[in-house]
Amino acid sequence: MFITSEFTTARNLFPYTDIHKWLSYGHDGKHPGCDEYYFGRREFSFTLENDVYLRYKSFKSVSSLEHAIKSCFPYKIDIGAVYSVDPDKRHAYSQTGTNVFTPVERELVFDIDITDYDDVRYCCSGADVCSKCWPLMTVAIKVIHTSLKEDFGFKHILWVFSGRRGVHCWVCDPKARRMTNEQRSAVAEYFRVYKGNENNARKVALMGYSLHPFLARSYVDFLKGFFEGELQANQSIFSTKDKYDKILEMISDEDIQSELREKWEKSANRSSLSEEAISLVRWEQLKNTLQSKKHKAPTLRMCVEEIVFTFTYPRIDLEVSKQMNHLLKAPFCVHPKTGRVCVPIDPNNCDEFDPLAVPTLSQLIEEINSGGSKMDVDDDDDDDDTDTSLLGKSIKFFRSSFLEPLLKSCKEEIESSYKTKIGKSKDSFSW
Amino acid sequence: MEVIRSQKRTPSNDTVSNPKIPLYLTAPQMEVRLEEFELFAVDRLRVLKGVSDGLARGRNPKEMDDLVDTLWKEHMRDPDASLMFNKDIISHFVLRLVYCRSDELKKWFLSMETALFRHRFRLQNFEAQRAIVGEFGLPYKAVTGAELEGLKERLGQVVRSLGQISPTGNNPIISFSHLVIRTCTFSYGKFLVLFFAVEAVYYKVPFEEVPDLVASRRVLIQKGYAFVAGSQLVSLVVTQFRSHISKALILTNRKWTTTIREREKDRLTPIVEALSTSYLGPDYSQSTEYAEISLKDIDQVAKSSFPLCMRHLFEKVREDHHLKHGGRMQLGLFLKGVGLKLDDALAFWRAEFTKKVGSERFDKEYAYSIRHNYGKEGKRTDYTPYACQKIILSAPGAGDHHGCPYRHFSEDNLRAALGRMGLSSRGMEGVMDQVRNKHYQLACTMTFEAVYGTSCDAGINHPNQYFEESQKILKSKTPPAPV
Repeated sequence: MFITSEFTTARNLFPYTDIHKWLSYGHDGKHPGCDEYYFGRREFSFTLENDVYLRYKSFKSVSSLEHAIKSCFPYKIDIGAVYSVDPDKRHAYSQTGTNVFTPVERELVFDIDITDYDDVRYCCSGADVCSKCWPLMTVAIKVIHTSLKEDFGFKHILWVFSGRRGVHCWVCDPKARRMTNEQRSAVAEYFRVYKGNENNARKVALMGYSLHPFLARSYVDFLKGFFEGELQANQSIFSTKDKYDKILEMISDEDIQSELREKWEKSANRSSLSEEAISLVRWEQLKNTLQSKKHKAPTLRMCVEEIVFTFTYPRIDLEVSKQMNHLLKAPFCVHPKTGRVCVPIDPNNCDEFDPLAVPTLSQLIEEINSGGSKMDVDDDDDDDDTDTSLLGKSIKFFRSSFLEPLLKSCKEEIESSYKTKIGKSKDSFSW
Repeated sequence: MEVIRSQKRTPSNDTVSNPKIPLYLTAPQMEVRLEEFELFAVDRLRVLKGVSDGLARGRNPKEMDDLVDTLWKEHMRDPDASLMFNKDIISHFVLRLVYCRSDELKKWFLSMETALFRHRFRLQNFEAQRAIVGEFGLPYKAVTGAELEGLKERLGQVVRSLGQISPTGNNPIISFSHLVIRTCTFSYGKFLVLFFAVEAVYYKVPFEEVPDLVASRRVLIQKGYAFVAGSQLVSLVVTQFRSHISKALILTNRKWTTTIREREKDRLTPIVEALSTSYLGPDYSQSTEYAEISLKDIDQVAKSSFPLCMRHLFEKVREDHHLKHGGRMQLGLFLKGVGLKLDDALAFWRAEFTKKVGSERFDKEYAYSIRHNYGKEGKRTDYTPYACQKIILSAPGAGDHHGCPYRHFSEDNLRAALGRMGLSSRGMEGVMDQVRNKHYQLACTMTFEAVYGTSCDAGINHPNQYFEESQKILKSKTPPAPV
């Protein structure tokens, strides 16, 4: 756990200006169409050292946000929704009538946690993560990101490392921020395929005569290749009886199960192949058997795909996405248990992201002490090319890939809706 | 709408072009007799309650269509079409007054009226449906030409993914020469000729307008637009309908609390207030005399009187010394309804959870929400235990144990669990049959009947009801203790 003095560094390195710019969505007061109170209606929550939890905090400006964080010493900061009125003044408004305290905008968010995959990863369990199972997160990002862009048409998407064992996604388009709970729930359900827990054996049930185009694209572009390549290499999912029994149970035909089980039990000791090679051979045998027998029952039709989906398809936490008032950890926080900074992940290069190489607080402190970087990352400087510090790269990426395009589009929207409003009121003066 | 005492009613001035299903967009300008005010509302309530029962019993959409048809004919029909139409409108607006007055009432009314509308819509022919879509003034155009060509293949994939097949020669889905018809296997002995035809008409609609189609992946979505087939129009209008009624209920509530309730306190208000309590059944938020249990009896009572869903959760708590959020809510509120007092509840959860997480973490992370469930924190709402309908519709995921075992367990696990409850293999077959037909509450009712050896005509629709009925039976069998 952390010493307050280390966390002081964290608080000094936190990019207040960038976060404020992001969450203001262009309402910086420089344009007559701006809503200067917009940022002040956003809820933040702080978790303090003794697990004291403070909700409904709100701030009028970046300096009051910074001041509060530097004086309260939170070790976790969550971002909530934008409400109809300042969260810290909510008690002044009754729950009925026209001035109700209610969320009005909130990013569409997703939370993917690797512990939800414990039944399909053999290298780690619980809070641990390694280079053999992290690729599950990588493939999840690819599937969800592609869908958000291609299917839903979203443009401003931020992926963030959660600090230990997962990823968060923030969809920031205006359309996304204004979605109702029902619509968020619909998108979450659209992404939902895995319906498993201890109590059922067939956790992915793909009905129908073909895959929905979204699932088909995910399968062909990402999942199949990942399953037959990297996953098998890392996890050797057929190499022992325990492991392959689990897969055989997903086949709803007893005869096929026994046929394969027998075959594999016989070959268990005789083979001189590596674990990985054995897995691949068995996978081929399974596929061939299912292909020839698939007409036996409707539930066998897409059994191969079901197995691939069970092991590789993203498992999002539905509850996080469904409600506007759900709080989610802010990017650039430091994870209290690992010391790693919650840095953004580039979805177009997510194969290269390594959770074990993310800068930790101790590394950052050392860098500062050895005079290797500027203390103040809050600097708005344009010559960021000179900042080669550990955190500088992440901040640069955040700015150039996400923040700048987002702000540009926000300003255009503010400008155009202002012009429409002016146009309308001009008309109303005509005789 | 003006309510008058017994006078001859003037015919409706409703100038709407009289579509078969009114959209209830504006309050009608007509006079209503006081007796009719209540009678019409009661008849409509019978329909809504019937709809509620049907949904709780897991009826599929076709069964619901038939049910709604039957209910409507039974309670709302009138030989004079315009009188029937007036009754429809009047009863809806009266019930708005009744059900606008709290969040729970609003939610129930909204769900039932929406379901009613959905199935009445489905019963209409395509022309009538298109007319109703027009009434809503929706701006969506049909997709044609090159755009449609480019989507054909994927639209076909969507149709096939839903397993929609139609046997040769009897194809309600129109196939035109420029659309793709794919055959799957050919007719030979045991195989059917399967046509997968893309429909003739598709509408391009922002995906936000059809959340239920998106959620169930029943539409193709591209760049933010969903391609809705003609046969799926119902989703589009239902979303509009629900949104409209939801806003209307808020406005109605405002009017009710500010003017109507006071003004009508000697006339309509008593009727309105009586109407809402009569049809929803007990909500088990206050436990009855039968159901006060103490901590020392809880294991025994769980074995003897808990329904399967709660038994499973209870066993898991004892076994794992932990439950995830969904399970804590479902079991926790059930225990509250069964009569477990807050202090005993805290002791129970604490005794189990501290074996895994330690006393400090329990106080920090779990005690608050237990107190919250009992209305002692935060908003201080006294939460009501979940009814079967809600539990059946929940979505247990990895590591969860809540939900309805009849729905969410695999066949093997369910059989094992029923065996532990003492069901014979014969009794189990009846139950498994209901499960296969998705009649989860009937399955639970049959389990109840098998375990206690008596019939349960009302049918189980609430876990606390199961508990109370069970306790009644057990107590009637044991002689009272000597004084």
